[in-house]
Amino acid sequence: MATVELRFSALPEHVRTARLVAAAVARRAGVDEAVLDEVRLAVGEACTRAVGLHQNAGITAPVKVQLIEEEKQFSIEVGDEAPRIAPGDRAPGAAGDDLEAEEDEMGLAVISGLVDDVEVTAGENGGQIRMTWPTAPPSAVLP
Amino acid sequence: MDLSLSTRTVGDRTVVEVGGEIDVYTAPKLREQLVELVNDGSFHLVVDMEGVDFLDSTGLGVLVGGLKRVRAHEGSLRLVCNQERILKIFRITGLTKVFPIHTSVEEAVAATD
Repeated sequence: MATVELRFSALPEHVRTARLVAAAVARRAGVDEAVLDEVRLAVGEACTRAVGLHQNAGITAPVKVQLIEEEKQFSIEVGDEAPRIAPGDRAPGAAGDDLEAEEDEMGLAVISGLVDDVEVTAGENGGQIRMTWPTAPPSAVLP
Repeated sequence: MDLSLSTRTVGDRTVVEVGGEIDVYTAPKLREQLVELVNDGSFHLVVDMEGVDFLDSTGLGVLVGGLKRVRAHEGSLRLVCNQERILKIFRITGLTKVFPIHTSVEEAVAATD
């Protein structure tokens, strides 16, 4: 089970909230301070992509973010419910397709540039991006 | 934290000072500002990013869009940035090759190609 789970309506203004929560939980989990900026950016990119996919497909379901603390690692899963269509099924020349695809690719490029351990999956029920970072062994906790 | 924007003219350049966070929510404001400047005839832009705390791919997209617009008028778009965490995003996306990035507004304003 996720340590912290967040669901938010697919609106741009909530992406910042997701970034802040993810960074706070990552810090608690022991992710290195120097990497927190990357966590913030990567989760923001993943959520931005999910918001775009929901909005483009007219999906009212929320975007789901799971923050998972495990032994020696911390993972973030960002899930969307936008069904993927096989490339051949797309109406050719549909307005906006190219621009959307371009923005989608830029977000994924940033994620793969930032995070070494990343898994992108997609199917007819939606997609998911899972990103994992190592955590430092817990140091002495101050009272 | 929101996005702050202010513009001033230095010689033939227009300096856009950006502060705060540029993300999927705030990037449209920056896009509007750049579009408005180009529509008003400002084709040589310097975007000062020193006050930017956060930048994502949506923000990069807006800057690339701004560059396309000024280039259509044989203009220029230069960035001012010294922050490593912001520069890193330009590097991993290969955009350091696309934008001239300067260390100060003075340097950017004085620069010619």
